This record gives sequence, structure tokens and C-alpha cells, in this order.
Amino acid sequence: MTFLEVTAFLWEGFVISLLIFGVTLLCGVPLGLPIAFCSMSRFRAVKAVSKVIVWIVRGIPLMLQIFIIYYVPGLLFKFPMFSYMDRFFFLNYGLSDAGRIVAVLIAFSINYACYFSEIYRGGIESISKGQYEAGYVLGLTKSQIFRHVILKQVIQRIVPPMSNEIITLIKDTALANCIMVCEIIKQAKELAANKAMVWPLFYTGVFYLLFVGLLTILLGRWEKKLSYFRS
Amino acid sequence: MALLAVNDIKKDFGKTEVLKGISFGLEKGEVLAIIGSSGSGKTTLLRCLNFLELPDQGTITVDGKLLFDGSDEATLSDEAIRQNRLHFGLVFQNFNLFPQYNVLQNVTLAPTLLKKAPADQIDKQARRLLEKVGLSDKLESYPYQLSGGQQQRVAIARALALRPEVLCFDEPTSALDPELTGEVLRVIRGLKDKDTTMIVVTHEMDFARSVADKVIYMADGVIEEMGTPDEVFGAPKSEKTRSFLRGTEHLY
Repeated sequence: MTFLEVTAFLWEGFVISLLIFGVTLLCGVPLGLPIAFCSMSRFRAVKAVSKVIVWIVRGIPLMLQIFIIYYVPGLLFKFPMFSYMDRFFFLNYGLSDAGRIVAVLIAFSINYACYFSEIYRGGIESISKGQYEAGYVLGLTKSQIFRHVILKQVIQRIVPPMSNEIITLIKDTALANCIMVCEIIKQAKELAANKAMVWPLFYTGVFYLLFVGLLTILLGRWEKKLSYFRS
Repeated sequence: MALLAVNDIKKDFGKTEVLKGISFGLEKGEVLAIIGSSGSGKTTLLRCLNFLELPDQGTITVDGKLLFDGSDEATLSDEAIRQNRLHFGLVFQNFNLFPQYNVLQNVTLAPTLLKKAPADQIDKQARRLLEKVGLSDKLESYPYQLSGGQQQRVAIARALALRPEVLCFDEPTSALDPELTGEVLRVIRGLKDKDTTMIVVTHEMDFARSVADKVIYMADGVIEEMGTPDEVFGAPKSEKTRSFLRGTEHLY
């Protein structure tokens, strides 16, 4: 195999990595909000449930969570839905691992939503009481205060920790190969097993590095754009 | 008839009784100065008037309209309280400007969200108010770029933009460097006219004496003494007032 062929083969895997990255952000970023609000709820039961969920999700390895999501429907309910999905997509569209990718997406989205929720909570709680009171005495409603006064200050404060998580996320996608999802590392391992080529495994690092470089630039711009005010 | 009538307001935080039955009235255009040592309940009283704290009992009436009655649930709903707040304005000790908005936007935000007037009118009014507080050249500045005195003047303009019937100041110069208090006090003094009713909680005795029409001295959650500045400062009847005023004089 030539260098270009290897690159193309690895790129196929990296597209899956990027897919996991993109969908996790798309689902995890909004899903984190209700979890954050529940963690701050006045109702103790709601707060307790949300705290326990966050504790569990942050408390066990993401790899184990992927196994749980993937195997539990079959083991507990005799309904291995992700294997069925795999077979369905293979027979109809010739895709080998679509069902397992769905399992990974679910596990990643829940996991990252919990981490994001803690970042949101920290950001929201760091805004001074005076900002709310200033809104109240101006006759604004609670939701107006949140949308027009609090939100942007929270976003400014959470950009650095969010950037950190986002950069971690692209590297975490490698965990998907624990259930044989063909992301980039799995592709490289395939080459090692079938073609006795070890160097592509190390070459995958370049893909990650380039993407993280791009992310760093974009996130840095976002941070700079929001630095026009100080709170 | 008094513009503002406060009757028998009581408030406790757990076991501490902070306000033990406060009653007073204020005529339209009057300036009331509330003085007293820390912990006497001045700030809590002001926060009760702006419904940032809900009194446990008592009534608040503005312009003949009963806004709050501690024994009437209907005046305690979130929406009723929000509406009632519009009768009062509050300028905070530490300004609490919105950092992500520039000076002009800080003043226009609430009238815009509350749809008080067409946008161009709100804008014009805000510019006029900012001119009044001497900040016409800072419209585009963000709060962090301003001095404390300038920030407080923006906060005053922001409060005025909603045309409150009673404008309250909670120690408006206490967070300022001494050389900046003058500009804020001058602005407050400049607001005094027959239509502007103000309540100022302050430690600036000279200011209270020269600007106020009425002075309340609070101690331990009660009004210890109330009267014209000449009465309270010139011939205090209560021993507590006398000793408080003696204490403040020693500072100078």
C-alpha cells in the first residue's frame, strides 16, 4: 500500500471519528442545559436524581459506558437492538457498523452532556446575585433576566473549560473501537493485523494533531470575540 | 395625600428581627434621607420597598394604590411583585451594571424589553438621561472602562429610564473612592425637582442635611427619629440619635 492509500484508508476512519465528535457536540451541548438546571433545582428530589446521574456518568469510565449502552438492551431485555441495527444497515445499505456507531453516539452524548452540565452550573452560579437583582428592580421577568443579562456572561466564563472538553472529545472518540467501530485507530489496527504495517498506527496522531490545531484556532477566536467585556 | 405610604412593615430573617414595624409617608417631590449605623435595617427597608425582600407584614401604598399587603396573597404573586417593582427604582451600592452592554444599551435594555415606547423614542430618552448625568461622551463605553463614579451615574440613568415614582438609592457612594463621591452626589442633588421623589440611604451626613426634605434615623429596626433635617440634625430628641450624630461628627 502506498502512503496515499494508507492516508485515504485512515481518513475513512477519521470521518467516523469526526462524526462521533460532531454528533456528540450537537446533542451534548443542549442536553447539558436541562441537566444543569435540574442540578440547581429548588426541588430536592429533582436535584438529587440529577446529581446521582452526573455522579454515575462521571464516575465510571466512558469505555465501560459504551459497553453498557451496547450490551444492556440484549442482556437485560433480550433485545440486542444495536446488533439488529447493524444487520439492518448492513443488509440494506452495506454499512458494517451503523448500529454500534449509534450506541457510541448515545454513550458519548450522555457522558459529555453531564460534563457540560457541570461547566454550565459552575458558570451560572458564578454570576453575582446583584445582576439578577438589577434585572428584578428594572421589572424584568426571570426568563428575560436569564436570556438578556445572565446568559452572555455565563458563555464568556465557560468558553475556556468548554474548549478543554471539546479538545478532549476528539481524542476520546478513539474509545469507540472497543466495540469495533471503524474509527481511525481501528482502521490503523486493521492495517497492522492484515498488512503487518505498524507505522499507520502512529501516523493517526497527525490527523488528531491537525484537527486539534484547527479547533484551537477556532475556539481561540470565539474566546477573543467574547472578550470585549469584562464581568 | 402622600405619594408613598409605608405602614407597619416588619421583616425578620429567621430569629433576627430586622424591621420591627416601620411606618412613614412621603409626598411627591420630596427627598427622604435614611441614616443610621450598619445593621439598623436601612438597606433591608429599601430592599423591601423594591420587593427584593418581601416584608412579613405591613402595607405599601403608592399614589393611593395598595401595592403590597403582607396579609393578602394576591399581592404576593410573582407577576404582581414584578409589576409593583416598576413603581420604584433602585440604585445599588455596587452599581450592578450589565457588563456585556455598553452605557447606552444599559439604559435602553429594560424599556426595550418591557416595550415602554418605540425604539427611537427609548433611544432618544436614554441619550437625554445620560446627558443629564454628564456621560454623553461615554455612550459606547463598556462598564469596565468607566470609573466607579461614572458607573454609578449610568446606574442612575438606567433607573430613571423607567420613570419610577420613587427612586431609591442604597448607599450610592459607599463603594466609591472619596474623590468620586462628589460627582455622584451632585447628580443626585441635580435630580431634585417637584416631580422626583427620592429615598436615599446614606452615610453622607452633610449631603443628607442639605438635600433632604425629611430625615429618618433608624436604629435596631425601628424609626428612632423622623423630621426635617433641621429637627433631626439640629435638635435631635432621642438620646440614641444624639450619640449617633456625635459619632459621625468625630470623623471630620
